[in-house]
Amino acid sequence: MSVLVKITHVAGRPIPLRGNDIDTDRIIPARYLKAVTFDGLGAAAFYDERYDAKGDLKGHIMDDPRFQAKGTRVAVVNKNFGCGSSREHAPQALLRWGIKALVGESFADIFFGNCVALGMPCVTAGEVEIGQLMAAVEAEPSQDLVVDVDALTATYGALTVKVSLPAGIRKQFLDGTWDATRVLLDAAADIRATAGRLPYVKRFSA
Amino acid sequence: MAKTLLDKVWEAHTVKELPSGQTQLFIGLHLVHEVTSPQAFQMLRELGLPVLFPDRTVATVDHIIPTHTAARPFDDEQAETMMSEIERNCREFGITLYDRATGHQGIVHVIGPEMGITQPGLTIACGDSHTSTHGAFGAIAFGIGTSQVRDVLASQCLAIEKPRIRRVEVNGALPPGVYAKDVILHIIRTLGVKGGVGYAYEYAGTTFERMTMEERMTVCNMSIEGGARCGYVNPDQTTFDYLRGRAQAPQGADFERAVAWWKGMASDAGAHYDAVTRIDATQLTPVVTWGINPGQAIGVGERIPSTSEFAVDERDVVEEAYAYMDWAPGAPIAGTKIDVAFIGSCTNGRISDLREAARVAKLGKVKASVKAIVVPGSQDVARQAEAEGLPDVFRAAGFEWRLPGCSMCLAMNPDKLSGRQICASSSNRNFKGRQGSPSGRTLLMSPAMVAAAAIEGAVTDVRDLLGRA
Ligand code: SF4
Repeated sequence: MSVLVKITHVAGRPIPLRGNDIDTDRIIPARYLKAVTFDGLGAAAFYDERYDAKGDLKGHIMDDPRFQAKGTRVAVVNKNFGCGSSREHAPQALLRWGIKALVGESFADIFFGNCVALGMPCVTAGEVEIGQLMAAVEAEPSQDLVVDVDALTATYGALTVKVSLPAGIRKQFLDGTWDATRVLLDAAADIRATAGRLPYVKRFSA
Repeated sequence: MAKTLLDKVWEAHTVKELPSGQTQLFIGLHLVHEVTSPQAFQMLRELGLPVLFPDRTVATVDHIIPTHTAARPFDDEQAETMMSEIERNCREFGITLYDRATGHQGIVHVIGPEMGITQPGLTIACGDSHTSTHGAFGAIAFGIGTSQVRDVLASQCLAIEKPRIRRVEVNGALPPGVYAKDVILHIIRTLGVKGGVGYAYEYAGTTFERMTMEERMTVCNMSIEGGARCGYVNPDQTTFDYLRGRAQAPQGADFERAVAWWKGMASDAGAHYDAVTRIDATQLTPVVTWGINPGQAIGVGERIPSTSEFAVDERDVVEEAYAYMDWAPGAPIAGTKIDVAFIGSCTNGRISDLREAARVAKLGKVKASVKAIVVPGSQDVARQAEAEGLPDVFRAAGFEWRLPGCSMCLAMNPDKLSGRQICASSSNRNFKGRQGSPSGRTLLMSPAMVAAAAIEGAVTDVRDLLGRA
């Protein structure tokens, strides 16, 4: 089974994705879900926000020449990012575009859980702090934004802000147990025992 | 200590507390559809793992399936590939697949309840955010991503944190022409699209007590649109009466034992809630969304609100909505011309929805400029509708009657908006581009309101139409 990958920090060039309530239909339109793999989703991330009907660029920040760094990226977002559809295609698309961590004011529950399963920390900070980070990276995008999962900070140049991550999730990243399948299967006997106690599993037969 | 249904279901399904502080939660029912599962099955293959509880896993096809023809292979090659893939996966891993040949195919959140698979007291997961629908039965039901689908296939468990709980209490009788859809749209408008993040909603009060199971499903379905991953109604006699005799519900003496257990799962009087909201149902009117998320909604008699009516941090999204929808603040929503009318989806594609829409369809003819389609939620719904003569009512009024599926709710099949069309829709999401055109516009409303809009060619108060009849 998969090897443990500990995630203590993520460092990468910032990409600010401004706006509240950015839903997963916008992150990846449904027509790109018509596939049996996640391959190639990176190019379709935010497709309808980036391209017009003729396929020409609309000037989205992901296509801004100032934000074209290669390698790992860290997104800065606002409130309720990733709301709506449960499609894991959304974080998969962001991941394949290079985004390996997100710093934001808040995240939708299902999106957050999907990111954990992919080893992508989504850390939160207050409106003021996110505002400062957003302004800093928009003004000057050429440094690495460092999300420190251990110290619970996000640092951009001289600016360091405190961030939050639920304690259990933080521990999963630090221990490398965020890929849950193995952890869950370790409890095989307990799973059988729980199933045995639930009357509906035997269809309520006497 | 008095407990909520959430507490009881959570305790009964806790396999263990994980070192992370999360709960390893046993999943009583895993529902699977073709869009969010193929990668999960592939991961399982790569890990060399079987499905641990194939008999607690049920699959169907709904999202990509064409609704104008049942012919295979599908014209759309990608859709055909997805269809073949779920057939192969279910065969290989020993999972029952309700495809069209079984006569029970339909939207996953429609078929689970109608076959009696969805039951009180269960934990239910599905790679689909509207899994919250099943909460209508007093189940804790929520959407998951594909990696978690893999986890549930492999272990029948999830690593998950218990949500907090908000009691949403609605009391009073709904006025005529006001439906369950209006109740949930009003709740989301009141609590906001982020209000439920981190919460489960318990829907309580006399309004929900009086509702049929199908109405409760409509409400629970849209919990996620308010940010709540799950929402439920405590099981009661209405729930048990609905389940009695359904093919996959317990039968005979087993059913009586089940009812005893189900009753025990309901919230105790005096249980603790982290938050409580109270709403008076008697004051509600039909609701229509005007914006780009389901919280941007108003009564059909109201005007598009101005930016100043919103909290400062919501104003950007409001401006974005004006621009996308092409509204001037202060304009009435009634009278807005529509191009397409869509009746269907896991929110409002059940028999009672179609009956209400048909009642309105009898009152006129679809405007020539409007394309109107009715898509039943499942083959069982379609059969029932046919037995009642509803397709003829719809066709006579100028609606197309289609085969079951998700259809224009998310437009992964050939049913799509084009260009900047405006669609009156009984579905659940009015996100930008949701109905298949990157610039298409969606107005969410009840199925009766959609039928009324189809006839008038514009957003209209269904109560006027019903009143004139
Ligand atoms: S009807 Fe719409 S919301 Fe419901 S499962 Fe299908 S696509 Fe999702």
